[in-house]
Parts: sequence; C-alpha cells; structure tokens
Amino acid sequence: MSLIFAIFTPILIALLIPFLFKRVPKIHTGWFVLIVPVALVSFYATYLPSIMSGSTYIDELPWIPSLGISFISYIDGLSLLFSLLITGIGSLVVLYSIFYLDKKKEKLGNFYVYLLIFMTAMLGVVQSDHLISLYFFWELTSISSFLLIGYWYTRDGSRFGALKSMMITVFGGLMMLGGFLILGILGDTFSIRELIAQTTTLATHDLFVWALVLVLLGAFTKSAQFPFYIWLPDAMEAPTPVSAYLHSATMVKAGLYLVARFTPIFAVSEVWVWLVTGVGIVTLLWGSFFAVKQTDLKAILAFSTVSQLGLIMSLLGIGSIAYHVSGDLVTTYTFATFAAIFHLINHATFKGSLFMIAGIVDHETGTRDIRKLGGLMSLMPVSFTIALIGSLSMAGVPLFNGFLSKEMFLDATLSLQHFNLYAMDTWGILIPIIAWVASVFTFVYSLYFVFHTFRGKYKPEQLPKKAHEAPLGMLVSPGILATLVIVIFFVPNFLGNTFVKPAVVAIQPLTYAVPADVGFTIKAWHGFDSIALYMTLGIFLVGFVLYKLLPKWTAIYQAIPSKLSLNKMYDGLMNFADHGTNRISSLYMTGSIRSYLLYMFAAIIMLLASTLWIKDAFVISFDNLAPIRFFEILISIILVVGTLTILFTKSRLTAIIALGAVGYTVALFFIIFKAPDLALTQLVIETVSVALFLGAFYYLPKLNKHEKGKEDRGFRLGNFIIALGVGVMVTLIAISSHSQKLVPSISQYYKDTVYSEAGGGNIVNVILVDYRGFDTLFEISVLTIASLGIIGMITVRLAKKKGDRKIENK
Amino acid sequence: MTTFLWVIVVLVSISLLGFLYRLVIGPTTPDRVIALDAIGVGLITLIGLISILFDTEFFLEVILLLAILSFIGTVAFSKFTEKGVIIQRDRNS
Repeated sequence: MSLIFAIFTPILIALLIPFLFKRVPKIHTGWFVLIVPVALVSFYATYLPSIMSGSTYIDELPWIPSLGISFISYIDGLSLLFSLLITGIGSLVVLYSIFYLDKKKEKLGNFYVYLLIFMTAMLGVVQSDHLISLYFFWELTSISSFLLIGYWYTRDGSRFGALKSMMITVFGGLMMLGGFLILGILGDTFSIRELIAQTTTLATHDLFVWALVLVLLGAFTKSAQFPFYIWLPDAMEAPTPVSAYLHSATMVKAGLYLVARFTPIFAVSEVWVWLVTGVGIVTLLWGSFFAVKQTDLKAILAFSTVSQLGLIMSLLGIGSIAYHVSGDLVTTYTFATFAAIFHLINHATFKGSLFMIAGIVDHETGTRDIRKLGGLMSLMPVSFTIALIGSLSMAGVPLFNGFLSKEMFLDATLSLQHFNLYAMDTWGILIPIIAWVASVFTFVYSLYFVFHTFRGKYKPEQLPKKAHEAPLGMLVSPGILATLVIVIFFVPNFLGNTFVKPAVVAIQPLTYAVPADVGFTIKAWHGFDSIALYMTLGIFLVGFVLYKLLPKWTAIYQAIPSKLSLNKMYDGLMNFADHGTNRISSLYMTGSIRSYLLYMFAAIIMLLASTLWIKDAFVISFDNLAPIRFFEILISIILVVGTLTILFTKSRLTAIIALGAVGYTVALFFIIFKAPDLALTQLVIETVSVALFLGAFYYLPKLNKHEKGKEDRGFRLGNFIIALGVGVMVTLIAISSHSQKLVPSISQYYKDTVYSEAGGGNIVNVILVDYRGFDTLFEISVLTIASLGIIGMITVRLAKKKGDRKIENK
Repeated sequence: MTTFLWVIVVLVSISLLGFLYRLVIGPTTPDRVIALDAIGVGLITLIGLISILFDTEFFLEVILLLAILSFIGTVAFSKFTEKGVIIQRDRNS
C-alpha cells in the first residue's frame, strides 16, 4: 500500500496548501511543500539497493474492479529512475521557487497546488502498470502543465502558450488512448507486464502497427518531437521553476519514458525502429539548428531541450534494433539504450541548472533578451560559473557529464553500420552525419547562450534593473545540479551501476535478467582508434569557428520564409478550426427553414432510394388488388385538381378554399372506403381548420407582394426535383410495402371479439377507447397542450401590447 | 335500379367536377365560395347515393354533419368577404 500511497501523497498534501497559504502568511508556503518531495525522494531511495540487485516491487489499489481497472504501482529500474528524477529535481525546484516567487505578490497557493498535482501525475505515469490508469495520470500531467504554463493568466502569452500545449499534448494523449485500447483488445489485458509477455503473438496482428503509431503519437507530442515540438518554446511563458521542472526534467521525458517502457512490446516491428530513430534524429537536428536563432534565453533552452530529447529518442530507437539482431550485435545496440538512459539523467542535471540560471538572470536584470544582456560575468560570478558548467556539459566538453553521453551517442550512431536490415546499411550512414552536424550546432548555441549573456559589454542602460548577484538561496539548487554535472563525469560508473543498468534491464528484458548482466562501463577515454574521438574534435573545431563567425551566417535564418514555419501552420490550423469551420457552417446554416427542409427531404430521398436499391426491395405485385371503380377515378381526379390548384394559385384565399375542397374529397374517400367515423371527424376538422386559416388570413401578406421581390412561390427547379423525388419515393415504398405483406393482419381478432369481449358494436370506437385506450389518452393530452399553448401565446402577446412594448414583427 | 343509381353517381360526380372548375377559375372569391357550397351539396347527394348502393345506414350522420358544416362554412366565408373577419371582438363597430 505504501507505494500507491506515495504516488498520491503530493495531491493529498495539495489539499492543505490553500489553508497554509491563507493561515500562515508569514512563512513562504514553499517551505511546507518542500517536505513532500524530500520525503518522497528519500522514500524511493530506500528501494535502490534491492532494485540494483534486480528485484521489482508491485502494489495494487483496485479502482473499478468490475472492469478490471486498478492503480498498479510497479517499481523496476526504469520507473524508479524516473521517480527519483521527479522527486529529486522536484525538491530542488521547490527550493528554488521559494526564492524565485515572491510570497506577497504571487498567488503561491495556486502555484504549489498545481505543482503538487503535477508531481502526483508524473509519479503515476512512470509507475503505472495499468494502461488506463497510465492514461489517467498522463492527462493529469497535461492539465496540471496547462495550469502551470498559464500561471500568470493575465498575460496573453501565458494563455496562448497554455492553450497551445494543451491542444497538442491532449491530441497526442487521445491518440495514445486509442493505441492503448487496441493493445488492450489485442492482448486481452491492460497490464503492461502481461502485454510484454505476449509480444510475439501481438505482433502478428494487423492492428498492431496502428497501436504502435498511436502510442508513438502520444509519446512524440509529450516529448516535443518533430513536428509537435512547437508547444515547448511557447510554454516558456511559465514561471522559470516550472520551465526547469516540467519542460526540461520531467514532463517532456514522459514521452521518452513511454517509448522506453513500450520498447519490449513494439520493438519487434521495424516501423518502431524507423519511426523512433528517424523522428528523434530529425528533432535533434531541427532543434539544435533553430536554437541558435533564438534571442530569448529560455527559448534557446527550449529548443535545446527539444534537440536533446530528440537525441535521447533516437538512441532509444537505435537501442530497439537489439530486438532484430542476434549474437554479439545485441550488446552493440543495447549500448544505445544504456547511452539513452545515461544522457537522460545528464540532461536533467545540466538543463535544470541552466533554466534556473536563466531565471536568475531574468530575476536580477529584468530581461531575458540576449541582445540586451552582456558583461554579467563580473557582476554575477557564481551564476556565470554554474551557467558555464551547464553549457559546456550541454556542448559535450570533457570534464562534464555531457561529454560522456555525447561520446556514447556518437558511438551508438556509428554502430548502425553493422546493421544491414531495412536498408539501414545504406540510409543508416546519414544518421551519424546528421548527429554530427546537430552536435556542432549544439556546441554553437551552448557557447552562444553562456558567452553572450555573461561576456561582452555590460549595457546597464538597456536593463530594467541594476544587475547584481542572486541571493544565496536561489543559487543552491542550480549549484547542486552543477556539482552533480562534474561529479558524474568523474564517477560515471557509480551512476551507471545504480540507476542506468536497472533501467536498461527494464527496457531490454530479453537480453538481460539482472542489472549485473549489463556489462557496460563508461569510459572518458576510448583510445586513439575511436572514431567518436575524432568526431568530437571535429565538433569542437567547426563549432568554435561557427561561433566566432556567428553574426556572418545568422542571416540564413532570415532566408527561411516564416510562412512555412510549423508555428504558422499551427496558427493556420487553429484559425481554420475557429473561423474556417464557422464559415463552413454558416454556408449551410442559413437560418432559412426552406433550406433545412431541402436538406431533410434530400436526405430522405437518398436514404430511402439507396436502401431500396441496395436491398433490391422494390417489388410490384398485382395479386391482391381490388378492382378500380369509375367514381373512384373521378374522385381521384377531383383530389388531384384541388391539389394542383393549391400549388399554382396566385391568391391565398383560393389556396385555402382549394385546401378545403381537398379535405372534403378525402372525406368522400373515407366514405367510399367505408369509414364513417373517419369521414365525420375529417369533415369537422377540415371545416375548423379552414375557418382557422381564414381567421389567420387577415394578418397574412398577399402572395402578390412577395412575387414582386421574386422571393416566393416562383418556380424553382431544385424544389421541384425534391418534391417530385419525395413523391416518387413515398409511392415506390407504398407500392412495394403493399406488394409484400410479411405478416398477416391481426384485425380478425378485433372483429371476432368486439362484442363478446368489449360489449360494443362500433369496432373503431371500441379500439379507440378499449383495446388501445392509451393512445387516445395521450391524444387528448396533445389537444389539451395545444389549446393551452394557443391561450398562452395569445395572452402573452396581448399583455405585451398592453405594456406598450413594441412587438417584434419578424 | 342499381344501374340507374350508378348513372346518377356519375352525373353528380361530373357536376362536382364542374363546381370544381368554377372553384379553380373563380374569377371572384364569392364565385369560389358558392362553388364550395355547391360541392358540399353535391357531396351530400353522393353520400346518400353511396349509402343506398352500399346498403348501409352508417353514413346518414355524415350527411347531416355535412349539411351543417356546409352551411356554417358558407356563412363564415360570406362574413369574411363582407367584413374581413369572422368573429368580431367589438359588437358595436
């Protein structure tokens, strides 16, 4: 129970936060919040030794037992690594936010409630073994991230960014749900572990690839992969602790987690290998290329996050090749998985610290615009040191952990040449080249980020505030992260043994049974025969030259037309969804009843005609027809002439009289078909309704008036065709339904029992009040409602007149 | 006898067609009202004949009702053409 409880702890504490914020205003609410992630990180740390030895833990809380849905907390190497990242970085971020957010000016209650909801959601995502509860937590991260991005909700940018991220991540989330449902149906279970066990049978199914693509859509949108990365730069409107926490260390890695978690299920498909590797490598290049263009500190970091996530994604893709090879090659490719997890941790450390530094610079100078900044090195020495460490690590320079993972990444991409399935041996050569180019750009923007902020000329006149060093408390969190960056470089294998190997076992369960089997060691020095070494040297050389010539070639960014950018496409899509669909619906929603009737009748014709045609239902049989008598023809002629008169008359009075004639003729039909009760009623009703028409006549405009404007009653071919079609359709249906009577009539029973059972002679009346009296009851109700309605309408109108209000005549 | 009655039915029907012609052509509203009244009378005749032909007394009520309605209808139309309304709210005007 303790594991499930641990997931829900933050959200339960969140219930208390508003009280603490209101009742204890003197103490910054963040101090209370800080207890939660610190307690959780120490709780999860106690699992480390047993996870390292290869054991796993499971804890279940039934949610909807009848549907087999429950919260299952499953702790293995991968989920423990993520849980520790979430709670560990969470602690540092909360600590940082205590100094970053002002306790008087900011609505801290809201902030920490959202943050704690997010923490629960994230822990739930990484620990859920049940697909449905995984999706539940997944959407909870989207919602809490939406709330956090829109934290300063009075700013337009915040609201726009929040909406954009919501749209894209929820789109992906829904796609992912579709994938989960397919998986659940195929495997007849929603448990990820049970699905992994039957992956070979799953892969034979046709829907398997659909599930794969849908789940990947969820992962790509969340992890800001190409082309869904566009929400991440706009999410930078959030407070910096949020950017550091959600948009570098945790939420954007939920997609990576998902890919890693589902690798054992999907990696048997080559589509998975290609998609994950390809999208990852494109994102890497794209993000690193556009990061250099940015002028906002956080935007540089956002694009850098996008690019680094692409790097990890492509490593996971290369790692999944291990499922397609055998022998020694397996370890060649599981090495990529190892590198992915290692870089994931490294990225969380250096990117978290860099975001915090960007926040400090913003906080202390009042701007994040890199064109206004410069020369802060002597004013903010501690921040500069931390930023330098983070940036050099990001660039992949020795002495920092980024170097190790960058070398491993290059090695992994180079290993693709050993693989000759799915044209990897020919096209695969592109991947190391793209990786190398992207690393050059990474190097350039890393230097650009740190040196354009802290070196150069100090421009105090352009800064809103006088720059000075940040308070110590604010520097603690980035300081700890920067220390980790260096420590990891010197003892990488400690990290590898503790965190990375158990996670690799979770991703590659076929190859490794316990973490001790994973035989990789991280070395800073590979020897002179390593190609990666020369690639790294090349990166430094070319990157340094490009950085020095930065103003010369940034013009190429202007050459790319902004209309083709993905943001413009997103805006266009939203604009279309908003205004375009509006325009489309106003095309057919004219507000005119006439056109709506046209649609309805046209739909009736099409449906009936196609049903008749498809089912081959039209039958004419002359078997049961009665002989036609002469006066029946005569009355029919009268009926037709009366009806045509209604259609073609030019005066409304004639139409009313002709309608009366038609009604009387119908009564005549009732008589010759031997229905005296119907005839009686029909005559009375016809007279009354003609009288009603006459009563309303006075208020109606003359038909001629309309004819002047050529609006009304003109001959319209469309109307004619529709009317003709409806008539023909109804006739056809009537003929065919008469021609094929499937069941005999029940009227014989009425005839036999009308006197013996009901004691009446008039069969129609007995049916109305005895056999089927319920219908009559509600017909009476209808009449009552109609008469009450008429009284209501008339009196309301009269009351309006008395109140001297103008009656709207529309 | 039956043949004779059928001949009369046909004749009445033809006269109904004639009234209908008047109803359609007009040219004035009173013409049409008179035609409608006559159609009512023709219908009464027709129903009477049919009752004899079908050898039933169930339609005699219809004849009575039709006679009343035809009268009321004609009065209503007449009043309408005269005054423009059928039921007056203010009796003094």
